[in-house]
Amino acid sequence: MNQKPKTHPWQKLLDNPWLLLVLGVVIPFLSYTVWGWVELALTKPDLLP
Amino acid sequence: MASSSHNLAAPGTPGRVCGTTGLHVCLDAQRFIKLNAVVGIVFLLLGGIAALGLALTRWQTVHLLPAEWFYRILTFHGLNMLIFWILFFEIAILYFACTTPLNARLYSRKIAWVSFLMMLVGAVMTDTVIIGGKADVMMTSYLPLLAHPGFYLGIILVAVGTLIGVFNFFATLYVAKRDGAYTGSVPIVTFGATAAAIIAVVTLLHGAIVMIPTFTYSMGWTSQPDPEWYRLIWWGLGHQSQQVNVCAMVSVWYLLSHIVLGARPINEAVCRTAFVLYILFINLASAHHLLVDPGVGATWKIWNTSYAMYLAVLASMIHGFTVPAGVEIAMREKGYTSGIFGWVTALPWRNPAFSATVLSVVIFGFLGGITGVTLGTQQINIIAHNTLRIPGHFHVTVVGGTTLAFMGLAYYVVPLIFQRDFIGRGWARAQPWIFGGGITMLSLGMSFAGSMGVSRRSWDIDAQGVYGPAAHLWLGVLGIGGVLAFTGLLIFALLCVGTLFFGAKIQDRAMTDWGTPPALAGSQAGSLAHDHYATKGTMALSLVFLACFAIYYFANWKALADVWPVR
Repeated sequence: MNQKPKTHPWQKLLDNPWLLLVLGVVIPFLSYTVWGWVELALTKPDLLP
Repeated sequence: MASSSHNLAAPGTPGRVCGTTGLHVCLDAQRFIKLNAVVGIVFLLLGGIAALGLALTRWQTVHLLPAEWFYRILTFHGLNMLIFWILFFEIAILYFACTTPLNARLYSRKIAWVSFLMMLVGAVMTDTVIIGGKADVMMTSYLPLLAHPGFYLGIILVAVGTLIGVFNFFATLYVAKRDGAYTGSVPIVTFGATAAAIIAVVTLLHGAIVMIPTFTYSMGWTSQPDPEWYRLIWWGLGHQSQQVNVCAMVSVWYLLSHIVLGARPINEAVCRTAFVLYILFINLASAHHLLVDPGVGATWKIWNTSYAMYLAVLASMIHGFTVPAGVEIAMREKGYTSGIFGWVTALPWRNPAFSATVLSVVIFGFLGGITGVTLGTQQINIIAHNTLRIPGHFHVTVVGGTTLAFMGLAYYVVPLIFQRDFIGRGWARAQPWIFGGGITMLSLGMSFAGSMGVSRRSWDIDAQGVYGPAAHLWLGVLGIGGVLAFTGLLIFALLCVGTLFFGAKIQDRAMTDWGTPPALAGSQAGSLAHDHYATKGTMALSLVFLACFAIYYFANWKALADVWPVR
């Protein structure tokens, strides 16, 4: 009986451009954009002495 | 009857077989590779002419342009070189990478037309507004500086047009897989192009987020966006667009080393994993630009520029090893086995595509990479921020790295796609050396002048009266390097355009070879596949690189320590 050789999960990830696309959009957006945006939003305006 | 399949080998599919490589070429893709590449080179030439004016102005002894035109040309130069030239050429690369290596047809000609025309109209609109004197805001256009609405609208058109082109790329990948144009994993050049396309999506989304409210503000429809928010989101466009370049450039390294020497990645999984590290982490480099901004905290800054970013740096170091290692193994398998560096002397140095690749790897790695990581360290950044060291860094990544690699690619793309042999082959052989040498001088001039405190984007440093002859000497080196680099660029543009009109037609024969080392008697391809010591020359070069990295890094910590002497 012919059995297809098992593909390593990492190789599956490498061969899946759609999953890479999702990860590539979500991770930078969370780490750089959303986090930075939240920090700016939480910054209170300083008052002149 | 035309085939409905996107498999190029299917009967009735419009394509041709390349006389040099034997690969199927999609005629639609070929048309848009031509259009995007030619328009890209035109914008490169425009940006290069502007660069000459800037270099001869920063060279304080010459000081060519008046202040008003200096900032106008600086805006023009930045957008043409960093956005227009690069994006047009990258779309050409994407269309190539998703068709010929996959034996696939371009998904949609109409979408490709829409993408191309939007990009072209947007770029011309932006350039017209700048030259008309209505957008002296420099490339970053930081608020509250405000330009004519046409400036923002033009950039939005370019960004959306590019995004549409990227969609065409992904759609082609999908239908190629669906129609069985290829089986298994995509070739590494396509994988690298996919990484570039993914980063482009993130980049262009940031462009849309920041430019649309700025455009509506410039029209008087909405209130002014917060300048700090603008900088955060703008750098998601400005720096990330350069990470698209990095992926495309590395893909070109793999492609050209394979075309010229038959080199292959020494480990496919590791090389692809390095591209994944780019996809996940390299975008965070945008945070470098906000290291002195007060609105974002130290944790955000250090996480994004250091810990996470170093994973992307690791990726560059992996590519920086595997590309020359693949070349070394290919050369040793051809029989060039003497000593540690015997294979180096036998390399085809007169092949302009190869010399451009090697110069790109060396300039990008030794100068661009080392300075980038160092300047991205939050503590060190404080002594370098907004000095000439910053453009000194990115001119050796984007110009010495990416542009030079793309020029090298053109020495094969023009003959293979336009089917004409290059004219002026002697000039072509010298061109990468002239351009690479010039841009290296320019960068060193900028970096050393910046180390003495000379600021970037400054028309006149003499008014401050604080810079001595050493700083002026390095600004002279910058100027001479700029003239040399422009000469190299002009030779390249003239050779490309001249070849389109006057190059000997190739038709069904192979292109005239630029030169590749022959396999010596008794050599055998694949004979070193399992020899762990076959890359000893590359390992020695890597150790030299790491030593340079360590010395430069610690020298900068020393320079930082000197700012606060403890006695």
